[in-house]
Amino acid sequence: MSSLAFIIEINMDNQFDVIVIGAGAAGLTAGIYLSRAKVKTLILNEGAVGGQMVLTHEIANYPGVENISGYGLARIMKSQALKFGCVIKSNIKITSLDLNDEIKKVTVNNKEIYTSNAIIISTGGKSRMIGAVGEDKFKGKGISYCATCDGDFFQDKEIIVVGGGNSALEEAVSLTKYASKVTVVHQFDNFQALEYYVDEAKKSEKISFIMGSKIIEFIGDEKLESVKIQNQSTNEISEIKINGVFIFIGYVPNTESLERIIELNEWNEIVVDKNMKTNLNGVYAAGDSIQKRYRQVTTAVADGTIAALSAAEFINDLKKGVGEQELVH
Amino acid sequence: MLNTNLTHVLSEKEQLELINNNENVMICCGRMGPMCIPVYEAMEELEGEYKNVKFADMEFDSPDAKVIRNLPEARSFQSLPFTIYYKNGKVVKATSSIQSKDQITAMLDEQLVDKILV
Repeated sequence: MSSLAFIIEINMDNQFDVIVIGAGAAGLTAGIYLSRAKVKTLILNEGAVGGQMVLTHEIANYPGVENISGYGLARIMKSQALKFGCVIKSNIKITSLDLNDEIKKVTVNNKEIYTSNAIIISTGGKSRMIGAVGEDKFKGKGISYCATCDGDFFQDKEIIVVGGGNSALEEAVSLTKYASKVTVVHQFDNFQALEYYVDEAKKSEKISFIMGSKIIEFIGDEKLESVKIQNQSTNEISEIKINGVFIFIGYVPNTESLERIIELNEWNEIVVDKNMKTNLNGVYAAGDSIQKRYRQVTTAVADGTIAALSAAEFINDLKKGVGEQELVH
Repeated sequence: MLNTNLTHVLSEKEQLELINNNENVMICCGRMGPMCIPVYEAMEELEGEYKNVKFADMEFDSPDAKVIRNLPEARSFQSLPFTIYYKNGKVVKATSSIQSKDQITAMLDEQLVDKILV
């Protein structure tokens, strides 16, 4: 450890009771609860505050709020956390995590070290990519992950929507406002979406379906011009001329950097108990990065609340000098 | 007008003045949407670090934003925001869709100037 790092490490300003990693709905909720309970809390976030919530144009099913943008809800949550004294550092890079000892250490940007007695991991998830040839090249040039952002670039054009869940079918219907034709391409023979979304999509004359098939290549010069689609049963490959592709095939948890640090399940989701406690003492997790079935703002908020209350109890017990064996939650 | 803390470019004339009167300029042309907001936030944070770059935004749907929308460098773009990097009045880099702070920092370092730490 360099002398500079040591000087920073012993700086009281860098010592917290709890460090929350991630500032989506779960992390901000944890920040609100902990700071309001006078637990000294730092939220560290590698991207912009709000996480996946910010990527939602309209939230109409968050109880108590009739209609709000994801960005608007994130701003309110951030403001609440700050009002209670939570410190938030966003757009930083976490370069090292030491979670095994009693004092947890988080290194940021390879130079700042923050310490705490407890950690809440709420790193969220990100849109799953198809992984087909050309996907990176045509991002923003025909491939989109946001219908409400980019739909109007495809006025009277033919597009594909990839996916078979609620988001895919809801967005396919929404994109018929712009596109002349929408083809839903789904890798399975049946949809994972609720019946309502399937019915709405099937009602539209503009929407057709290619089931049991995957896009294997994106083709074009400056912008996307066509895709190669492979039937999963016959392996037959066909090429379709297309102007745009919108991808809604779910999310993957942001846990790559935690692989050898904390227990993950086979889908790389963090394993937690009912109190959001991980396999490491003093380390909790919440939100889209944990093992669970439903990923909503409301479930993330609930996870964040439970993780915060558990972490607060852990800190309280530590301060009272309760033995480690008694601290098992 | 976009709800950011950046300088707002409101007309084609203002855009021309900005790029002609400043050596290094970054303009993000978008809406208050999910792919644009993270870029504005990253720019707001970088504004304090890159003193010799002018950071600005422009509303994509304003008629004068054609000065960005119709750039040859943006002809293949089909995702918001359109982000343009200018040096001495000339476009040196243009990107479409969301970019992380790390990606923006790399482009500023590569295309525009040396970072001035404060």
